Amino acid sequence: MPDRIADIWGQRTPFARDELWPVRRDQKLAEGLTDADVERWVQSACTLCSNGCACDIAVKDGRMVGVRGRAVDTVNHGRLGPKGLFGSWQGMQGADRLTRPLIRVGEELVETDWDTAMGRIVERSRQLLAEKGPLSHGFYTSGQLFLEEYYALAIIGKAGLGTPHMDGNTRLCTATAAAAMKESFGSDGQPGSYEDIDSCDAIVLYGHNMAETQTVLWMRVLDRLAGPDRPLVVCIDPRETEVARVADVHLPVRPGTNLALMNGLVRELLVHGWVDEDYLAAHTIGLEELRATVEQWTPEAVVRTCGVEADDVRRAAEIIGTSERVLSTVLQGFYQASQATASACQVNNLHLLRGMLGRPGCGVLQMNGQPTAQNARETGADGDLPGFRNWENPEHIAELAALWGVDVDRIPHWSPPTHAMQIFRYAEQGSIEFLWVSATNPAVSMPQAGRIRGILGRPELFLVVQDLYLTETALLADVVLPAAGWGEKQGAFTNVNRTVHLSDKAVEPPGEARSDLDIFLDYGRRMDFRRNDGTPLLDWAGPEDGFRAWQECTRGRLCDYTGLSYERLRGGSGIPWPCNDEHPDGTVRLYGDAVFPTALDRAETYGHDLLTGATVGATAYSAMRVDGRALLKPAPYAPPHEGPDAEYPLQYTTGRTVYQFHTRTRTGRARQLQAAAPSAWAEISRHDASLLGIAEGDLIRVSSRRGEIVVPARVGDIRPGTVFAPFHYGYWEQNRSGPGEHPTAANELTATEWDPVSKQPLFKVAAVRVEKVADGTGPAPAPTTAASRPATPGDVPPTVGGRDAEAREEATGEAPPRAGRPAEVS
Amino acid sequence: MLLPVYLGLLHRSEQSLAHSFRQVADGHAAEPDVLHLCRTLAGQCDAHAEALAPIIDRYGEQADDEPDRLHAVALGSVRSGPLGLLRDLQDLYLLASLVDITWTLVKQAGLGLRDEELLGIVADCDAETGVQLSWLRTRMKQAAPQALVVAS
Repeated sequence: MPDRIADIWGQRTPFARDELWPVRRDQKLAEGLTDADVERWVQSACTLCSNGCACDIAVKDGRMVGVRGRAVDTVNHGRLGPKGLFGSWQGMQGADRLTRPLIRVGEELVETDWDTAMGRIVERSRQLLAEKGPLSHGFYTSGQLFLEEYYALAIIGKAGLGTPHMDGNTRLCTATAAAAMKESFGSDGQPGSYEDIDSCDAIVLYGHNMAETQTVLWMRVLDRLAGPDRPLVVCIDPRETEVARVADVHLPVRPGTNLALMNGLVRELLVHGWVDEDYLAAHTIGLEELRATVEQWTPEAVVRTCGVEADDVRRAAEIIGTSERVLSTVLQGFYQASQATASACQVNNLHLLRGMLGRPGCGVLQMNGQPTAQNARETGADGDLPGFRNWENPEHIAELAALWGVDVDRIPHWSPPTHAMQIFRYAEQGSIEFLWVSATNPAVSMPQAGRIRGILGRPELFLVVQDLYLTETALLADVVLPAAGWGEKQGAFTNVNRTVHLSDKAVEPPGEARSDLDIFLDYGRRMDFRRNDGTPLLDWAGPEDGFRAWQECTRGRLCDYTGLSYERLRGGSGIPWPCNDEHPDGTVRLYGDAVFPTALDRAETYGHDLLTGATVGATAYSAMRVDGRALLKPAPYAPPHEGPDAEYPLQYTTGRTVYQFHTRTRTGRARQLQAAAPSAWAEISRHDASLLGIAEGDLIRVSSRRGEIVVPARVGDIRPGTVFAPFHYGYWEQNRSGPGEHPTAANELTATEWDPVSKQPLFKVAAVRVEKVADGTGPAPAPTTAASRPATPGDVPPTVGGRDAEAREEATGEAPPRAGRPAEVS
Repeated sequence: MLLPVYLGLLHRSEQSLAHSFRQVADGHAAEPDVLHLCRTLAGQCDAHAEALAPIIDRYGEQADDEPDRLHAVALGSVRSGPLGLLRDLQDLYLLASLVDITWTLVKQAGLGLRDEELLGIVADCDAETGVQLSWLRTRMKQAAPQALVVAS
């Protein structure tokens, strides 16, 4: 059996264009167990990246003992990545799970019962409501809860309390995907499908290290690349990632300059006439402004700003402009960088210019970072309104008020819901005094971590943290609530390409831990939130009631769930929305008819100026008469606000490694994953290493204007002048919320700045300096299997998992599933 | 011809607005969006003032003999706190509004003169001034409830 730490993507199953991706059944069981030992297999989908791989959880003696991929599912065709194989079930079962609520007594967090913990929350909540009103309350949630949980939270915040201060860590990972789709197409909603990989002739990855961030999606690409009619690959990334290694064109763009490159690519298409004039005339507006904006960005101008080769720019544009079917995918290299929304919109624009949407192989995938980020966006738990409704459209607000049985004015809609960075600013200034954090760890994951910890630690701030383990953030809380997680509760969630999965309960949660839904419902009951008719605001008995309520909220909207049910989601494949009477088996691709939800009464937004974030407003939008056409929106390039200088001469970027997820709350407790990437490092180029006298494994200090990390150096294949640090490594193993002697969290260095439209923070643009602290005692703990591989491989032992990391892989030859067809049930 | 009076007024107003955007940027640097966007918009104002150069070369620039009744001077200093931010943004809004209507009136003169070069410059600059106003409105509307209802 293959070692799936050493062999991340497993064996190849090559296939040709327009064929179906072959099935490969991947499975991992706990040491010493065989199939015969498994008492039950319980259906779910993996929550350790955004891909949404369907799986079954193996149960024995009331414990999760393994996992297998679901061959009938259109997302993964049976496969799982290393995080799914090792992390999904083991990560839930760490010995240090929270099993009882904790409350702060002086400097200590002490165990208590639920009644006391919830009583304390409700007391503070009521007191602040009476004294200061709902704007004193803020909520910061996750991209990892279930749909029903987010929707309950959204109703509590918007109709119960009436606060606009609710966002998710989706702001950090996926806000730009949503913003770009709203600006271009009028609404959130992924145009493309994973099946576009099967049919494309070219795939362009914009700041998307798919090989590490979505390993199973990358297997699909690798299998096309191994097939008879290999698609061309274009990679835009400052690191020599696995994607870059197989690319036909690699553009190692200088961090902070994505928009200049994109403007250049768009210009090439216009100059060469690689556009679909009829499509543009019938289905878009804004061509002249787009043309004027990109005019100055000749390949030579792009070279000067972005530090790439002119011939590579021309070749990339030619591939984008002339391939018969182009698939684009976009992720954090664009979303967490300067001018994020404008850059992501230019990807949409390339597809609009060529009329390439809604057909096999011609998709855009504005990716997500987290498994349920899509639901946070849909339900309005993250700074949007439920069902892709528009805060500027009074009729949309009235629909929500009718659904929830409250007055329109109860629902805050005077401005967009407050974004996360602003919520933390209000907490810093003291106008938010109650902050409830669920399933996320801002003390490590938000930019300028030292500042964030200072805010979370303010004595005036009442902090509630709801999580699986005692995270760095939980250590700062006033009340800690032990949550039940994946496999311990039921709920639905939706992945990047709109595929909805049901995750059933496999085992009981440990101790007194409760599902996030139960906790939110309990808070709602104790606060006695009511509808106008006097009945309880949230009368759900459990998740399935929540799902039904959500279906009503989506009726007639783009994300229409009305044709789904828990029952329909059992047994077969996940189903992509919209799924309703018109599309009973779901919808594989949007916008095949080139009718976009931009009409005044449909649009989720009236749009923004992409340079400043100024809202367009209903009057001006109405005058534009967009009426179902897409918008070609450009913005002029502006240089990053913190470039390298004499004091901080290097550029800093952060990201993830293939074996870990977020702040390692779960992956750090799966021994195969933790052993493969055990602790922090920073990557520098050979060129910079030799200038600074640094060798592989030497201890270095990387400092910015915000702080420093002290970590071993990996001398790698990164773009010279650039330093990379993985963002997974905080301080929970030392039972600390912040650094002691050796700071390791990548966000000690990042700046507090965000994109003007999506409000997504910039994790990939900062200036730093590097100095050697001490000789190394061995190579850096960075994996050798992916982008962090050493520049001189011979010096570093390869990353392997050994017997412990062996997993079953079986290419069975069975018929693969296809999305949008009536499901095979197994 | 008294267009030079308005060209002078416009030129000075753009310079005042640029200066004021920079003052607010630096004074409210703890609000990163205000810091960076005000600097960007200050740069636009500089460019507008420069773009007027060929027009001023042609028609001249003349001080107004009329006494100013409503003073439009650059911000002297910035305020602090959430309410201070709101007030400073509102001052910027007043200044930018003055610039905006001045461009409109200069445009009217340009139409009367059939001066294509002048009209082209107005079109580019006034559109940006319009976005400046939109951004200020957007940012103030977002900040107002918290600043006026909850903050102290």
